[in-house]
Amino acid sequence: MNAPGAVYNYIEPQLPPHIARKPLLKIVFGDFLSATLTIVAIAIILSILPVLNWALINAHWNVASPAECQDGGACWAFIRAKARLIMFGLYPPGEQWRAVAVILLILAMILASLSPRLWNAKLLAVWATAIGVMLILMGGGIAGLRFVPTSKWGGLPVTLLLAVLSLGLAFPLAVLLALGRRSPLPVIRSISVAVIELVRGLPLVGLLFVAAILLPLLLPAGWTIDKLGRTLAALTIFAAAYLAEVIRGGLQGLDDGQIEAAEALGIPYWKMIWHIVLPQAIQNVIPPLTNTAIVMVKNTSLVLIVGVFDMLSAARSATTDPAWPAPSTEAYMFVALIYFLICFGISLYSRHLELKVSARAHG
Amino acid sequence: MSRNAIELQGVEKFYGGFHALKRASLSVSLGERVVVCGPSGSGKSTIIRCINRLEKHDGGRIFVGDVELGDDLRNLDAVRREAGMVFQQFNLFPHLTVMENCALPQILSRGTRRKAAEENARAYLDRVHILDQAEKYPGQLSGGQKQRVAIARALCMRPKIMLFDEPTSALDPEMIHEVLDAMTELAEGGMTMMVVTHEMGFARSVADRVVYMEAGEIVETGPPKEMFGNARDPRTQRFMSTIAASA
Ligand SMILES: Nc1ncnc2c1ncn2[C@@H]1O[C@H](COP(=O)(O)OP(=O)(O)OP(=O)(O)O)[C@@H](O)[C@H]1O
Ligand SMILES: [Mg+2]
Repeated sequence: MNAPGAVYNYIEPQLPPHIARKPLLKIVFGDFLSATLTIVAIAIILSILPVLNWALINAHWNVASPAECQDGGACWAFIRAKARLIMFGLYPPGEQWRAVAVILLILAMILASLSPRLWNAKLLAVWATAIGVMLILMGGGIAGLRFVPTSKWGGLPVTLLLAVLSLGLAFPLAVLLALGRRSPLPVIRSISVAVIELVRGLPLVGLLFVAAILLPLLLPAGWTIDKLGRTLAALTIFAAAYLAEVIRGGLQGLDDGQIEAAEALGIPYWKMIWHIVLPQAIQNVIPPLTNTAIVMVKNTSLVLIVGVFDMLSAARSATTDPAWPAPSTEAYMFVALIYFLICFGISLYSRHLELKVSARAHG
Repeated sequence: MSRNAIELQGVEKFYGGFHALKRASLSVSLGERVVVCGPSGSGKSTIIRCINRLEKHDGGRIFVGDVELGDDLRNLDAVRREAGMVFQQFNLFPHLTVMENCALPQILSRGTRRKAAEENARAYLDRVHILDQAEKYPGQLSGGQKQRVAIARALCMRPKIMLFDEPTSALDPEMIHEVLDAMTELAEGGMTMMVVTHEMGFARSVADRVVYMEAGEIVETGPPKEMFGNARDPRTQRFMSTIAASA
């Protein structure tokens, strides 16, 4: 309070501190380091210019005939012409609405599952139903839908289905493997270790070959499993081995007191795993989980070597059309863009989850 | 039923070659409050953890209510229903809100309906005076608040016996009394309690009996007055004088 007669010592007004102004030339070329950085930066900008020139200024967006694309600019018209092939592969053109519906359904399901609040058994059941609907939509043969064999499936729906299904099926397997690796029972522990280390020791390409080519030879006569199914199995077991190690890391970070508290409260083992252990273990390892998910999305493109028609294979086959002059750069850039959108989306989502977790921990 | 709430008969416990409990015998009758004390490593946690079978005993017999602890899993469930446990480190579930911490265990282990579980949780949270924090996460609470939630969570299972393992040792001094107050209120309500603690004030005012342990043995038990004032065993006397000096 301002007592009467109080004496105030005002602080003298002062000018802001003087900032030494450096001439621009000195900032840019002042010493060896800045000079080097400046030169490198200029070099990078200069080298990008022709790319921009190619991609935007000289580019052809709309052409009457493929021949117009001869003069060296990017031929985006090619993507327009081949979009259907790249997106849907050899899927019968008249039925492509079904492939579109599958893509939309997957995206809708992913959007609907973003909030961790909704992660429960009901959502799992909805996912199982949705996957069933997607497979029926793609394959047909019932409900008046024309039958389309998996050999005709292709493009983005195949990529998305492989990514979602391999990760989705791998996850419970990975949880079992991770728990098994920490089991006190030697048999279970050795089996888990053997599976994880064996699969991690193999390249995915090798695993795909085994699944696509060797497996049909090894199976008893009369047994056939669809090639897409075998490929999916290979991707799933591969993802499971990596996810298992990530989840094991999360389990190791879990305080023993959590399990003791759950036991003392009489919570049965599997319910404890599902409601107490896994949510915390997973929260501990969101960044490496994201990393594995992104790697697996991109790994789906490797199925092209065993002849499964994913988006990358479809783009490759689009480039073989002799009517168009060398359009492979454009095709691959287009596919790369779609992969980037998917993977960047996963990254953003994981950042969002992490922020949520840390807000809860230090509110 | 004439049996004691807890009955230990010559209980032995080994950790590898280490003899952690040596022929420990103790009976706690219904409604009795027992405080267990003793130097670090004397087996206080071990004895409490054997009673709800977080550890298996290697010899002797343990009865909780009518049930004998053994390898029968049904008995295990029965015991866990009978005895609630409060830990030194609280062990709340950090990914669940206070409300969920109290409601979910009822749903998972008893199959209680969510609505009833939440109502029950509210009642017990109110009893430890922390209902206003129900929607927060444990990470957003003080230590004393966390421990009171842990007490409410255990009470939600409607146990007949409450086990406490150093419930105030991880707390800042200014928060100790709020937890001891909650425990005192619980004792006044007639709960059978077994508490490992060095809070002698609490032992004096609440305990019917004090148990002194050393090196895995139950050295002596008696009413607090006797144990603090004139214990028979010289080991008890020595320990009591050191904690009296440090308090
Ligand atoms: N899991 C274990 N493995 C091996 N030794 C153990 C284990 N748990 C406890 N011990 C040992 O058993 C003895 C008794 O431990 P206990 O935790 O019961 O002591 P305490 O009386 O509770 O001590 P404190 O006051 O430090 O909590 C100690 O010597 C301890 O080192
Ligand atoms: Mg202890």
